[in-house]
Amino acid sequence: MAQQQLPRFPFDDKDLAKFREVQQLAYHCAEQVAAWIEPGVTERRATAKLRRSLVQAGVQDFFHVPFAWFGDRTAFRHFHTPLQFFAGSRVLKEGMPYVLDCAPVVDGYTADIGYGGKVGENPVWDLLAQDLRVYRELILREVKARRTLAEVYAAVDAQIAEHGYDNRHQVYPGRVIGHQVTRTTARGPAGVNLFGFGVRTLQTLGRELVKERLEGRSPLWAGGKASRHAPTPGLWAVEPHIGFRTVGIKFEELLVVTEEDVYWLDDDLPHVRRWALQEGTV
Amino acid sequence: MTGRSTEIRRRTVDSGGLRLAVYEQGDPTHPTVLLVHGYPDDHSVWDDVAHDLAADHHVVRYDTRGSGASGVPARREDYRLELLGQDLFAVADAVSPDRPVHVVAHDWGSVQSWEAITTPGSYRRFASYTSMSGPCLDHMGHWMRHRLRRPTPRHVSQLLRQGLHSWYIGLFHLPVLAPAAWKLGLARLWPKVLSDLEAVRPRPGHPQPTLAKDAVRGIELYRANMRPSIAKPRERHTEVPVQLITLQRDRYVSEFLSEGLERWVPRLTRRTLNATHWSALLEKGPVIAGLVREFAARDHGSPRQEPSEGGELVVVTGGGSGIGRATALAFADQGARVVVCDRDLPAAQRTAELCALSGAKSGAYQVDVSDGAAVHAFAKQVAADFGVPDVVVNNAGVGHSGTFLETTEEEWRRVLDVNLWGVIHGCRAFGQLMVDHGQGGQIVNLASAAAYLPSKVLAAYATSKSAVFMLSDCLRAELAPHRIGVSTICPGIVNTNITRTTTFSGLGEDEQAARQAKVSKMYARRGFPPEKVAAEIVRAVRTGKAVVPVTVEAKAAKLLGRISPGLLRAAARINAG
Ligand SMILES: NC(=O)c1ccc[n+]([C@@H]2O[C@H](COP(=O)([O-])OP(=O)(O)OC[C@H]3O[C@@H](n4cnc5c(N)ncnc54)[C@H](O)[C@@H]3O)[C@@H](O)[C@H]2O)c1
Repeated sequence: MAQQQLPRFPFDDKDLAKFREVQQLAYHCAEQVAAWIEPGVTERRATAKLRRSLVQAGVQDFFHVPFAWFGDRTAFRHFHTPLQFFAGSRVLKEGMPYVLDCAPVVDGYTADIGYGGKVGENPVWDLLAQDLRVYRELILREVKARRTLAEVYAAVDAQIAEHGYDNRHQVYPGRVIGHQVTRTTARGPAGVNLFGFGVRTLQTLGRELVKERLEGRSPLWAGGKASRHAPTPGLWAVEPHIGFRTVGIKFEELLVVTEEDVYWLDDDLPHVRRWALQEGTV
Repeated sequence: MTGRSTEIRRRTVDSGGLRLAVYEQGDPTHPTVLLVHGYPDDHSVWDDVAHDLAADHHVVRYDTRGSGASGVPARREDYRLELLGQDLFAVADAVSPDRPVHVVAHDWGSVQSWEAITTPGSYRRFASYTSMSGPCLDHMGHWMRHRLRRPTPRHVSQLLRQGLHSWYIGLFHLPVLAPAAWKLGLARLWPKVLSDLEAVRPRPGHPQPTLAKDAVRGIELYRANMRPSIAKPRERHTEVPVQLITLQRDRYVSEFLSEGLERWVPRLTRRTLNATHWSALLEKGPVIAGLVREFAARDHGSPRQEPSEGGELVVVTGGGSGIGRATALAFADQGARVVVCDRDLPAAQRTAELCALSGAKSGAYQVDVSDGAAVHAFAKQVAADFGVPDVVVNNAGVGHSGTFLETTEEEWRRVLDVNLWGVIHGCRAFGQLMVDHGQGGQIVNLASAAAYLPSKVLAAYATSKSAVFMLSDCLRAELAPHRIGVSTICPGIVNTNITRTTTFSGLGEDEQAARQAKVSKMYARRGFPPEKVAAEIVRAVRTGKAVVPVTVEAKAAKLLGRISPGLLRAAARINAG
C-alpha cells in the first residue's frame, strides 16, 4: 500500500478541551437518564428524556439522533434493517440491560457516546461490564503500536472470541467499530436530520468520506480493505459493542491520535470510574 | 372431540425380532402417554382412559408380548423382565423418538414398566411414570427380605396378608392346572368374575376375544420372573418422577407393599383411589386419565431437573473454544453441572465462568487429551470432585491439511495423538467409570464429515476422524447393555477457532499464517455457528441418536456416500484444503 503523507493533527488544546467538555456533558445527561429510568419506561420515552436534557444543557445539533435499546435489543438480536436502531415501544423490565447512545454537537464540537446500564440484577451484564475494560486497554495498546485499523479490529474480534462473546458492532451500518470525528463546519440547518443523522453531519461526513477516500484512507473504522491503514491523526469515536446472548453493552468515547501519541480523551467517565471502584483504588 | 383423537392408528414395532401391535390415538405433536396393560388383558382394557387422554395427548398403547395381536415368544426365557422392559423402550423410541414419554401402567404392565423405569438412564426416554397395582419385583424382593429378617408382629402380619393376596401366583406355578383352568372355563366366566368380584359392569368388547389365549400365555410372565426376582432382588433406583396410585379395594396387591418405596424412588407422589383392581380402568377411566393428565403436565418440560445430586454431570474435552465451549454452555443452560478441560487452562476457566452465569456448578482443568495418563488422572479427579459423569463429550481436536505424502511422520503422529488417541483415552477412562457406576449415560465423540468424505488434502485429519467414527460404532455395541449410549457427531464447516490453529504440511511460517487467514475467512463466510452443533449434541444425548451429521454439506456427503461412493472417491482428488 502506498503510504501517503499523513495529515497533521488538526486540533489545538483549546479544541480538545471543548471536545472533552461536550463528551462530559453527553455522559452527564446519560447518567441523568440512567438515574431516572425504571421498569415501565419505553425506549421512546428514554430517548425523549435524553434529548430534552441534552438540549437543556445547551446542545444545538446532533451528529445522530439519540438512541435507546432495551433488553435483547442491547445485543441487536433480530436486527434486520437499520430502521430497527431507532427507539421503539420496547418496555424496560426488571433485570433488563439497556444502552443509551447520543451524539450532541455544541459549536461544531461533537461527542458520540454510549452508556450501558441495567435495572435490577443481571449477572451476565455484570461480567460484560467488567470485561469491557479489556477492550478499552486493548484498543489503546494496538493503536499506540500503530497497527492498521483493520488489524485492531481483528484483535478486538479475537478478544471477543476468547471471551466467548460476540461482536455486536458488526451490526452497525458498515460493520464499524468507530469513525473519525471532525469539527462540523457545515451550513445546513441545525437540528434537522435525515435517516437519523443530522444534515450537517451528513455534509461533513460526506466531504470527509470523499476527501479521505481520495487519499486511500477511510474515516470509518471497520475490518475491511478500506481500513488497512493506521488511524489518521485526529479524533476517533470508538465504540466496541459486545454481547452475550440477550445482553449487550458498549462504551463510546473519543480516542486522540496525534503524530506522537495516542490516548483516550478523558478518563473521567462512568465506566472507567466503575472499574476503578471495583478495583478499590478510588 | 376431533377425529384425530378418536381415530386409532395401528402399527407394528419390532422389539428384538418380536412384532408388537401398537395403537395410536390423538395428535402426535402433543405429549406422548404410553399405556401398558396387565394380565390377562390386552390394550383394550385402556379404552376409556385412552379416549379421555387423547383429547390433549398423543396416546399410545400396545399389546404386550404374547397377548392380543402381538407376536408370541417361543420360549419361557423370552418372557423375562429384561425383554419386557426393552419392549417399552422400543415402543417409546418408535412413537416419540425426540421426546421422553409418560408411562402409565397397570398390573403386570406396571411390573414390566418398573423394569424399564428403573433401568439406568431411563429418564432420557421416560418423563414420568404412573403405576397401578404392580410393584417392581426387585423392590418386592427387598420388601420381603426386610420383613423376614426383622419379623416384628407387624411385619409378619404384612407378609401373611400379602401372601393371601398372592395366592394365585402360587397356582400359576402349577404346571398343568393353571392353563387348564383358563381353557376349561375361567375365560368364559371372566365377565362374571369382573362383575361379581371387581364391581365392573359387563360391556361390549370386553374382555377381549383373545382372553383365553392371552391368559394361558401370560402365565409364563409369572413363571419366568417371580422366582428369580424375589430370590435375588437387584437394587433398582430411578430418577423418573413416579406417581403411585393405590387402589383401596385391590384384591391382589396390598397397600403396604409400597412401604419404603421412597428408598428407590426419590421423586415419588402417592395417590389413593377408591376402586378395585379392574374397576379403576373399566369404571373410573376418566378419573385415572385426570390423575395422569395432572401428573404429566406437572413434570412437563423438566423431565430432568434434579436427577442425581445437584444435576446431571457433563464433561467436555477441548471445552475452551468453539464447539466444546458452546456445548458446555448449552448443557449448563439445561441445569447440568459442567466440567471442561483443555490444553489451554485460561480458556477452559473462561468457559466455566460463562457456564456459571447460567447458575451451573462448573469446573475447569488443564489436560492434554493426547496424554493417556493425564486423561485417566483427570477422570479420577472429576469423579472425586464432582462424581461420575452422565455425559462425556470427547471434543478436543486439531485441524491439519496436507496430502498423504506431504504429511510428515511427526504431523501424522500429532494429528492421530490428539484426534484419535485423545478420544480413545477419554472413552477408556470415563467409559470404565460409567460402567462401574452402573447408572448409564452417554458418550459423545466429535468426528467430522471428513470421517466419510475422503479428500486428498486432509489425509491425516480424515483418517483420524474415520477412526473415531468406527471406534464409536464398536464402543456403542459394547456399552449398550450398560445403557450407555455413544453418539458420533459429524459436522461440516463450522466457524470456530480451528482454522486459526490448523497446520498445513509443507508451508513455511508466513505461508501458514496466510493460509490460516484464508481458510478462516472461508469458514467465517460459511457462517455456521458452533452453537448449532452444540444444540445437535444436546439433542443427540437426549434421544440417544447414534450418528449425527451436522450442516447440509455433512448430510449431503453422507447421502452421496451411500448413493454413489465412486463420486466421493473421485471428488477426493479436488484440492479443497
Ligand atoms: N470447526 C469445524 O469446522 C469442525 C468440523 C468437523 C469437526 N470438528 C471437530 O470438532 C472438534 C472441536 O473443534 P472446534 O472447531 O471447536 O475447534 P477449536 O479449535 O475452536 O476448539 C478446540 C479446542 O480443543 C483444544 N485442544 C486442542 N488440542 C487439545 C489437546 N491435545 N488436549 C486438550 N485440548 C485440546 C483447543 O485448545 C481448543 O480449545 C474437533 O474435534 C474438530 O475436529 C470441527
